[in-house]
Amino acid sequence: MAAYIVRRLAWVIVLLFVITLITFTIFTVLPAADPAALRAGRQPSPELIESIRQQFGLDDPKPIQFLRYIQDILPFDNDGVNFGFSVQSNTEVLPQILDRLPATIFLTAGAVVLWLCIAIPIGTISAVRTGSLLDRVTMGLALIAISAPVYFLGLVALFLFDEDIGRFPLLPGSGAYQDAQGFFGKAGALIMPWCVLAAAFAAIYARFLRGNLIDTMQEDYIRTARAKGLPERTVILRHGVRAAITPIVTLLGLDIGILLGGAILTETVFNIQGIGRFAYDAIVRFDLPVIQGTVLFGAFFIVMMSLFVDILYAFIDPRVRY
Amino acid sequence: MAAPLLEVSDLRVHFETEDGLVKAVDGISYTVDRGETLGIVGESGSGKSVSSLTVMGLTRARNAKISGTVRFDGRDLLAASDDDLRQVRGNEIAMIFQDPLSSLHPFYKVGDQIVEAIRSHKDVSKAQAYDRAVEMLGLVGIPEPRNRAGAYPHEFSGGMRQRAMIAMALANDPKLLIADEPTTALDVTVQAQILELIERLQSEFDTAVVVITHDLGVVAEMADEIAVMYAGRIVEEGAADTIFNAPEHPYTWGLLSSIPRMDAPRGDELVPIQGRPPSLIHLPGGCSFHPRCPYVRDAHRRIDPELQPVDGDPRHEVACLLSSGTRRKLWAELEAGVKPADARRDVIEEGAA
Repeated sequence: MAAYIVRRLAWVIVLLFVITLITFTIFTVLPAADPAALRAGRQPSPELIESIRQQFGLDDPKPIQFLRYIQDILPFDNDGVNFGFSVQSNTEVLPQILDRLPATIFLTAGAVVLWLCIAIPIGTISAVRTGSLLDRVTMGLALIAISAPVYFLGLVALFLFDEDIGRFPLLPGSGAYQDAQGFFGKAGALIMPWCVLAAAFAAIYARFLRGNLIDTMQEDYIRTARAKGLPERTVILRHGVRAAITPIVTLLGLDIGILLGGAILTETVFNIQGIGRFAYDAIVRFDLPVIQGTVLFGAFFIVMMSLFVDILYAFIDPRVRY
Repeated sequence: MAAPLLEVSDLRVHFETEDGLVKAVDGISYTVDRGETLGIVGESGSGKSVSSLTVMGLTRARNAKISGTVRFDGRDLLAASDDDLRQVRGNEIAMIFQDPLSSLHPFYKVGDQIVEAIRSHKDVSKAQAYDRAVEMLGLVGIPEPRNRAGAYPHEFSGGMRQRAMIAMALANDPKLLIADEPTTALDVTVQAQILELIERLQSEFDTAVVVITHDLGVVAEMADEIAVMYAGRIVEEGAADTIFNAPEHPYTWGLLSSIPRMDAPRGDELVPIQGRPPSLIHLPGGCSFHPRCPYVRDAHRRIDPELQPVDGDPRHEVACLLSSGTRRKLWAELEAGVKPADARRDVIEEGAA
């Protein structure tokens, strides 16, 4: 097990290096906007652009620039780990990402809990009662939830429930998270984003669980459980769902990893200053160091979560050993 | 004489499907006495598994139409509520299945799965149930049972898994054990051990056993009575000796000549039964075996034979339109090495006269 983890961690490092190289290549080697011009602000003089070019070494060969960026990521030089400087605000990227991390974590955690609480009962019931009214209604709704883009759903939610502009002004809306105070204040501000973000995931998970459970209920060991004379409830929950839910752990791990890297659409629609919103702003303004930083962060979460899931599997499925 | 432990009469199990009505079981009757062993033999799709699952109440589904009666120990199981039936399952009637790996839950330890079976029927503590589980595992011949009870099914060999299934089935000391193809998925060397084990435990626990198999060899040693099923019906039933030594249904002959025999001359070919089992949706008219029967005559395509006692043996019943005399002659010829195809002209025509 330990050897397996070490081997996987080594791969994580290789993978992150490759991702860094790819983002660097896409944004600096390929034809793109001139970073010096971006940093110089509006209507800069050619002298200013030239001095910025000198200051940040933008005329150096690309491999040198890449190495300099790697130095910004690794704690081996004097200025420590900072992921470079934002072109826009001229501040270090890393502290800004860490500053925005709590909002993204809070958004993700709440949404995950919410969609699991919705998806597991619905997926289970509609698998057990295939073809029933409840099954057809929930699976129909699920299809809608999957098809509706988050920004559309988000805007509809704001239109309906935003306490300032909504038809039914019930909930804190766009931008409320920044102003809200305390745990419950912040949580209140996230009710709408949580619901919107959880909708599509709840739908996907409910359908996934339903499909898995329908297959699982055909397994021989379910017949054995019934032949033992167990109550149907126990057969479904302890024998059926227990087996059908295991593959969902994989899905969940990757989705959490993706969301921790920033729920770009949700954070943008609801104006939550998380990593996703940070990335969105950076993309809009072509702020290369910030884009690179957020991409690297997102990749980091995904590979770490997938490693975590693989390790977790050894504990939830006794057949898996490393 | 006391009432039989299990009395199935005129059991029909039909499933409505998109393709039509599947007559999986179409009017079968049999009885099993306490401590007795009944072998139900037939090809896949003959309805042998469905009939036993129905006894357990495991075919209850929206598309299943079940009729007839199943009397078990004085109660009508078909009329019983789901909850009453659940009390019987795993407690008074237990079942083991074909593939012991897929029949055990992969995520739970073997001992815990047996504990679950015990505690769903007996009001005992976990520790007591676990002791019983370990005791049962020892009884079915698993070495170091206390250790092995903590292992997962995938850590057992195929034979060990089936032993564990048997331990689980017998943990509540059931009156009836239904074994559905208990050795089919196992290595040949392990098959005999498992059959021996079932026989030994049967006499120890005084359990009645229903063995379902496609392989007459499996029931040869252990069954007292044998019922041969074809296309949802019983076509021949009698004492095991009779079925092996004086079978009267051409389908049974086919089954017998398709298993290797120690006393057959070396080099003798096994004779498979021609054709395939019929569709249970569109059964052939008349005798449902007629398309595959080497001795078929015109009338057999129209008349549906009933299960009737043969001359001189009321316990031996056969559903065949040939006369008992003709059947005995044909069997004697088969035993003498005459191929079914050669028998057609002389004997059948004689029977027709």
